[in-house]
Amino acid sequence: MRFFEYEAREIVKRSGIPVTDFGFTTDAAEARTIAERIGGSTVIKSQVLTGGRMKAGGVKFADTPEEAQAHAADILELEINGQMPRGVLVDPKADVKQEYYAGVVWDGTAKKPVILFSDMGGIDIEDVAREHPAHVGRVHLSNILPLSDYQAKECIAQTGVTGKALQRLTPIVRKLAQLFVDNDMVLAEINPLAEMHDGSFIALDAHMDMESEARGRHKQLLKDLGVGDDETRMAREPTEFELAGEAVDNASHRGVAGNVTEFDGNIGLVIGAGGGSLTLFDAVRAHGGKPANYCEIGGNPSVEKACGLAKLVLQKPGVDKIAVMMSIVSNTRVDIVARGVIKACLELDMDPAEKIAIFRIPGAWEEEGFKILEKYGIEYADRSVSMHEAARRAVAKIAGPEAVTT
Amino acid sequence: MRRDAIFIGIEVDQGALDEHSELPAHLTQVCPVDIYRETEGALEIVAENIDECVLCGLCLDTEHLGVAVGAVKVIKLYDDCAVLGAE
Ligand code: SF4
Repeated sequence: MRFFEYEAREIVKRSGIPVTDFGFTTDAAEARTIAERIGGSTVIKSQVLTGGRMKAGGVKFADTPEEAQAHAADILELEINGQMPRGVLVDPKADVKQEYYAGVVWDGTAKKPVILFSDMGGIDIEDVAREHPAHVGRVHLSNILPLSDYQAKECIAQTGVTGKALQRLTPIVRKLAQLFVDNDMVLAEINPLAEMHDGSFIALDAHMDMESEARGRHKQLLKDLGVGDDETRMAREPTEFELAGEAVDNASHRGVAGNVTEFDGNIGLVIGAGGGSLTLFDAVRAHGGKPANYCEIGGNPSVEKACGLAKLVLQKPGVDKIAVMMSIVSNTRVDIVARGVIKACLELDMDPAEKIAIFRIPGAWEEEGFKILEKYGIEYADRSVSMHEAARRAVAKIAGPEAVTT
Repeated sequence: MRRDAIFIGIEVDQGALDEHSELPAHLTQVCPVDIYRETEGALEIVAENIDECVLCGLCLDTEHLGVAVGAVKVIKLYDDCAVLGAE
């Protein structure tokens, strides 16, 4: 879940990293009061969860409090990428000597957090990494061992920063890494991290993205920041299809049949079990398939719940068939899922044998499940067929053999 | 009385119900997925829940009530109408 900039800055401030004397408001007149308190020139920034604020006119500079009020009034009415601002952030205009970048992100391949640092801040780190790779330092962190200043220092030094700047930047970057770990972030970024003319450093902008599943562990922080339980804070608003998936999952307490994400492909997926969803989704893509959706099914959902999910996917425009695939299941019963997906077809007046391209769920109660599948003439696979192979068959059957790329 | 859904059928012997007034309450209590409902002493088989049957066999265990074995049947319609516990 993403945080607005004013919230991200508050998180940075709480971790002991210096920030500017900024203020947040939803009211233009109050923006003026904040600008008066700050004194001097200010920057008025739209608070939206999307990029491109500068280009869209969502960031403006003001020399006087009156100007700050006028800019705030304009920005509060300005929609950016379909989003109305939550409010505006009023920030002192900083006299910067040099801009740096400091970030910690989750490295999914290494399965560890990685500190990124660059002496070229203020621009996208991806651009710097591509065009000036020598200006990006990287150091992985342990998932279990305590953090140390040494790791931060090593990362900063990779970019050639030495002396006083290195000494002053080290605790800031270490605190950022600690913040990342303590708050279950998937991204914690300060950009720019500004060096002022007096040699001090200050965070001028911050982006924070918390692992959604960790929300329950950070209730106090979210309460302090005023983040409501109903705010998903995802990269985009959920689609109608995704909301319908949530409704299916919420309809009964038994198991999971949800976490639906909409894509624009034609391969309907009913997938799950212990990481199976991600593996199968990737496998479908690796074989050249274009998924119509992502979802997670597991924890022994009711027949009705499995049926609801399958119905939703089957009715998605562009979906002709579904692939029902899971890793080897332990507690989710094969026969119950089989009943659910077949029931979905029957209730939609569809032939299960035609609409279920492949059913690959081995595990608990599979003999019973296979009897059901046989009765309805559905192609199924047991554990002798890997998830990878099942995904290939799904792509071949739904998108056509010519669509299979590997 | 018998009711069938898509995958599962449930049959409860009417004679056993007439003879054992405690049978509806017992079935209502043991079924984990609410297939049986007792209303004013009478038994109702809840149509929308029948296919949720997890084949646990708890409703078949009625001997301690003095109800004959086989008075309650769970039928697998997808398996040539095999009766649970009698396969
Ligand atoms: S076998 Fe279990 S789930 Fe099925 S009807 Fe009997 S008690 Fe209910």
